[in-house]
Amino acid sequence: MTVGVASEHDPVAALIRGYRVPPGVSDEMIGADGQPRPVWRPFLQRFARLSAEDIARRFNRGDRYLRDAGVFFRHYREEGSTERDWPLSHVPVLLAEAEWKQISAGLRQRADLLERVVADLYGPGDLVRRGMLPTELVAGNPAWLRPMVGINPPSGHFLNFVAFELGRNPDGSWFVLGDRTEAPSGAGFALENRVATMRAFSDPFPHGTIHRLSEFFREFREVLQGFDSQPESRAAILTAGIGTETYFEHAYIARFLGMMLLEGEDLVVEQGRTMVRTVAGNKPVSVLWRRMDAAFVDPLELNDKSQIGTPGLVNSIRSGHLSTVNALGTGVLQTRAFLAFLPRIARELLGQPLAIPNIATWWCGAPKERAYVQAQSHRMTIGNALAQDLPFEVEDRTIIAGRFPDGRFADISEQLAAQGGGLVGQEAVSLSTTPVYEHGQLVPRPVMLRVFAARTAQGWSVMPGGYARIGPSGDATALALRRGGSVADVWIVSDRAVPADRFSTVDRQFQRATPSLLPSRAADNLYWMGRYVERAEGLIRLVRSYHMRLAETGVPDDPRVARIASYLKRTGISLDQPVPGEILEQLRSAIRCAAKVRDRFSIDGWLALRSLEADIAGARVPMAGDEAARAMSFMLRGTAGFGGLVHDNMYRFVGWRFLSIGRALERAQAMAWMLADFAAPTAPEGSFDIAIEVGDSVMTHRRRYLIETNRNTVIDLLALDHRNPRSVRYQVSSVRRLVAELPGAEVNGELSELARAILRIETRLSVADPARLDTDRLNATARSLGRISDLLTRTYLT
Amino acid sequence: MLYDISLSISYTYAAPSVQARNVLRVLPLNRPNEQRRLSGEVSFEPRPQERADWTDFFGNAITEIGFQQPLTRLTVHLKSRVERMARPPQLDLSPNRRRLAEELAAMPGLAPDSPHHYLAPSPRVSFDASITRFVGSILREGGTVLAAMCDVGRALHREMRFDAEATDVNTAPSDSFRNRHGVCQDFSHIMIAGLRAHGIPAGYVSGFLRTEPPRGQPRLEGADAMHAWVRVWCGAELGWVEYDPTNDLMVGADHVSVAVGRDYSDVAPLKGAVRSSGGQKSRHAVDMVPLAE
Repeated sequence: MTVGVASEHDPVAALIRGYRVPPGVSDEMIGADGQPRPVWRPFLQRFARLSAEDIARRFNRGDRYLRDAGVFFRHYREEGSTERDWPLSHVPVLLAEAEWKQISAGLRQRADLLERVVADLYGPGDLVRRGMLPTELVAGNPAWLRPMVGINPPSGHFLNFVAFELGRNPDGSWFVLGDRTEAPSGAGFALENRVATMRAFSDPFPHGTIHRLSEFFREFREVLQGFDSQPESRAAILTAGIGTETYFEHAYIARFLGMMLLEGEDLVVEQGRTMVRTVAGNKPVSVLWRRMDAAFVDPLELNDKSQIGTPGLVNSIRSGHLSTVNALGTGVLQTRAFLAFLPRIARELLGQPLAIPNIATWWCGAPKERAYVQAQSHRMTIGNALAQDLPFEVEDRTIIAGRFPDGRFADISEQLAAQGGGLVGQEAVSLSTTPVYEHGQLVPRPVMLRVFAARTAQGWSVMPGGYARIGPSGDATALALRRGGSVADVWIVSDRAVPADRFSTVDRQFQRATPSLLPSRAADNLYWMGRYVERAEGLIRLVRSYHMRLAETGVPDDPRVARIASYLKRTGISLDQPVPGEILEQLRSAIRCAAKVRDRFSIDGWLALRSLEADIAGARVPMAGDEAARAMSFMLRGTAGFGGLVHDNMYRFVGWRFLSIGRALERAQAMAWMLADFAAPTAPEGSFDIAIEVGDSVMTHRRRYLIETNRNTVIDLLALDHRNPRSVRYQVSSVRRLVAELPGAEVNGELSELARAILRIETRLSVADPARLDTDRLNATARSLGRISDLLTRTYLT
Repeated sequence: MLYDISLSISYTYAAPSVQARNVLRVLPLNRPNEQRRLSGEVSFEPRPQERADWTDFFGNAITEIGFQQPLTRLTVHLKSRVERMARPPQLDLSPNRRRLAEELAAMPGLAPDSPHHYLAPSPRVSFDASITRFVGSILREGGTVLAAMCDVGRALHREMRFDAEATDVNTAPSDSFRNRHGVCQDFSHIMIAGLRAHGIPAGYVSGFLRTEPPRGQPRLEGADAMHAWVRVWCGAELGWVEYDPTNDLMVGADHVSVAVGRDYSDVAPLKGAVRSSGGQKSRHAVDMVPLAE
């Protein structure tokens, strides 16, 4: 079908002139009449007026947002993860509100049906007994979790958040490719796609008629928080951790909704109650929005090999103290072979056919169906009956139109005879196409929509939008989507202005949220992030001093140059490279910690760390000496920038205190060790100056003491001065003040063990005489700061 | 036959555990016409802060315990008196395999004792081509399921060498079969894998076995460990029949069953989650003493 017969002067006609919808499929933008669908016209009229440069600039704006927000496409393999730019196709998929209403109604019906099915599978088991579902598809299904049989979900429902994969038939009707009921992902990415797409299509593109997404999430949060009336209990998000592909999304939703992001090790079960281990002790949790597969949440009753679960969690659910969303075991509904039976179950249970049919599926365990699949194998995909993934995700043993994926022909009758009930045949389907902007023009690409539904008090609420996945080529068969491609926003467009977000805070009563809890693991990561960044900075300073002396003297065996080198060597730093690898290692350790607390750490702070890493990793310093020293100074500006962010921008949540304690302790301890060495009686001439320089206090020293450096002035300025942020005492005082604000630091006027210990160190430094603070005492101070770290860890971080 | 059974399992942790939570399946089962638990008590040293008792999907008795304070050692004691009824010798009323499939198809359902739970691969029993082939070579065309069970059990006993040191609790059936050695767990898993692959429902039973002492000698205290064997569904008429491939015998009055499931993972006597940085050592001791006969 070729489109565009309008006049030369019509920019829309010009825009779509070359847009050729593949034969035999429908298209989102172009209707059956070959003209743009009405819902697209306002968008196209504006788009058609943009110059190529304009478009590039706008798309760039969207991409920059995604990069700055840290949205990357992560691919996890055994050898580690890779990251590439988020593959946003900037042109959204537009759907008319009227059509959307029909889709939503169909999906609500389907969600209700799935709830009935899963409630039966974990309850009376009538569907199997009456032969509506083959026994072996349940009894032999790893996703059917026996420990959950007979447990009624405390919330009253098994399903609370589901997703559906939708495609459009050549005749324009919609069909379901698969149900996502375990822990559907993509809703958070849909939000990010929306923000980025809106950046690209800001004014003059009309926004007032596009349904907003945020209300859907906020409404769902209220539902989660309403599960349990006990005021002290909480709702949180449970993630499998940083190793999962969708971790970014978990962190994003947690931040967006202000919910705690927890991992299995954050939780502990006590007397049947699930508790989160926080810096203020164990606190109850009553609802977990589960973003990890059910089998892994409890090694005691489910997969006993799980390292990421919480022992006893199932029993906490059994005793009615904990709800998970969705209930454990709902993943069984994703079983591919179920699609063969849902149409009949719908007629039976609901008394009506499915409003939106699902992909035609035949289970090969029944003789008639098996014969049909064999006869029609040329237009079928034959795969694992118990597979949980979507039809276009292909395994090695999948047979597509008679062949294995590697091209070999399959002996269909042999396969069917050998495996029978282990196989399903699914009709090879084609999808509709949607426009993608490529090389200066719009081209049609196959598209599939993931649509989300959340249970509210009023029933299922369908998110007005979705997560569109777009195939990489013009091939419109669903299978094309397995070869990568792009993603896009979905706009549900009304004829009128859509009502404002009723959760918007504009008209609402001002309300401060109760401070959220800080899990011990998160605090631990923040603390160590602080320590690692500071440690990197300390190293850079020492190495810079080395290079500056080297540049000055030109001889590596100058006693002062050798002194720094030997000090570094004793702390495990080799100077074989102008920029020692240990600096980057420390920084990467900090980034690993930061990655685990993305929900609690500012995007700016994250970007500052990443750009510092890039600077250090990319530093090309062939020459020791002056050049290296200058490179080090450049890096120090980066660490100073990070420090400034932490100091000036971060809200003083409890987490900030742990980050700051980490920095202060690290700095105090490193300074004490360094002074013990460089201010020792055996130190060569010039060592005092090195200490002052590493301590960034050259100017201060000149102004404060009208004499040359001597041991007393150095110790006074770098160990005891309460106004010098580089001194041991200054940092110890900071730690003391920060510790005083931690939970339980003072109970009924009595200081905690930790608070007493740090106060003791501070007091000793406050009354110390520089002449008597010798190397032994400095070493003892450094060691006592190490004990503070142990005590802090024991008290708050485990 | 009446038995007094005692079991003790102790764990010693190299570093004190931070938190410990365990699930135990050690109490003998009650099964109509087969065995009756007259008494049974599970106790712990030290005493756990938390304890809950319930039965799992398959009807096995579970005790869950939790400790909030660090542990360096944990000991579990079981004391139970059990009456074991000897099963009278049976005629082989079991169907052949084709007929078995029809019987299975005629009884859909997910009830805990349904043979349908025991047909598919399970967490510790995946199908293995060489086991499937081996069992296939034993099965006789048109033979009954009961005969198949005995033939396969006997063949495995002949083929495999009992070796308490060669495998551990995590050894896959394919590995122990390839090396032709193992303990009761390996014998049972291999037999289950082979029967299931040929459409015969087979499950795993854990329990206690009385070891007959040599004539004239006192019984060795604590010489036995917990044992495992296989149950096979021999059609609607006969139902479940049990076979001990390690000792090559039909299960009778010398066996007391504790838990049934698809494989070891469903019946493990002690599943534990101990948060501890160090390793752990364990010791088991079992006594099954017949009272007056």
